[in-house]
Amino acid sequence: MWEAVKIPTQEEYYTALEERHGEQLQKKLTKASVCICGLGGLGSNIAFYLARAGVGHIHLIDFDTVDISNLNRQQYFPDQLGQPKAEALLDTLTRLAPWSRITSQSIKLTTDNIPSLLAPFDIICEAFDMADQKAMLVNTVLESFPEKFLVSGSGMAGLGSANLIKTRKLGSRFYLCGDGVSDVNDGLGLVSARVAVCAAHQATMIIRIISGDYDA
Amino acid sequence: MVKINGEEKNAAGKTVAQLVSEGGYSMERVAVELNFEIVPKANYETTAVRDGDSVEIVGFVGGG
Repeated sequence: MWEAVKIPTQEEYYTALEERHGEQLQKKLTKASVCICGLGGLGSNIAFYLARAGVGHIHLIDFDTVDISNLNRQQYFPDQLGQPKAEALLDTLTRLAPWSRITSQSIKLTTDNIPSLLAPFDIICEAFDMADQKAMLVNTVLESFPEKFLVSGSGMAGLGSANLIKTRKLGSRFYLCGDGVSDVNDGLGLVSARVAVCAAHQATMIIRIISGDYDA
Repeated sequence: MVKINGEEKNAAGKTVAQLVSEGGYSMERVAVELNFEIVPKANYETTAVRDGDSVEIVGFVGGG
């Protein structure tokens, strides 16, 4: 019968990460800070990928609570229904990566509060669901922070080929992932695996930026 | 010629606001990069594109 064992020490954990990623990349990952804006199908998956990679500081922002309609693609559990997503995901990620600094805020981002709330982070990840909110965040971040990197996602609804989802570099520090066209408002659903393909594109680009490779 | 979303177009002299509207984009769901730099929304009416410019108009879609 399976018995709970003690979790590894911090040193054992980072040694294992270094064996997988190489010492140099792991040092960069450990020093990096990323803010994930929106904790739905994109953001909750991106947060998992970055936590597993050992990103040193992950900040989570969402104003919403976990709904039963989220469970088909978002990294929440049925026993978390009704809980603020920022809290629920913080709990899970703290369990997953106890030596990373994981912080969260349950708040709605606006043009007024973005310049102060996002100021501390190196890389900003746009992971909202509504098109106008995506545009608002992208415009505000790029106008407010010329020195920050921004990785955004647009177009991952439906069941079109996963091969249509791409990462493109559109500005000096602005990357856009997705197929660019499949809109949930056209009646297409959102399917876990295809949303996760876009999330993985965003997380991969974030890790590439951290590594010092800025090409899409 | 002006490169708009990868296509060469005869658009020199047009403002960003005109390009957004002629492209059928919703002003609320768009972000525009001119030569790899963001164009603030407040400047759409006053920013004109020139020959040799590269413009990316991103029309965001819903889902996440």
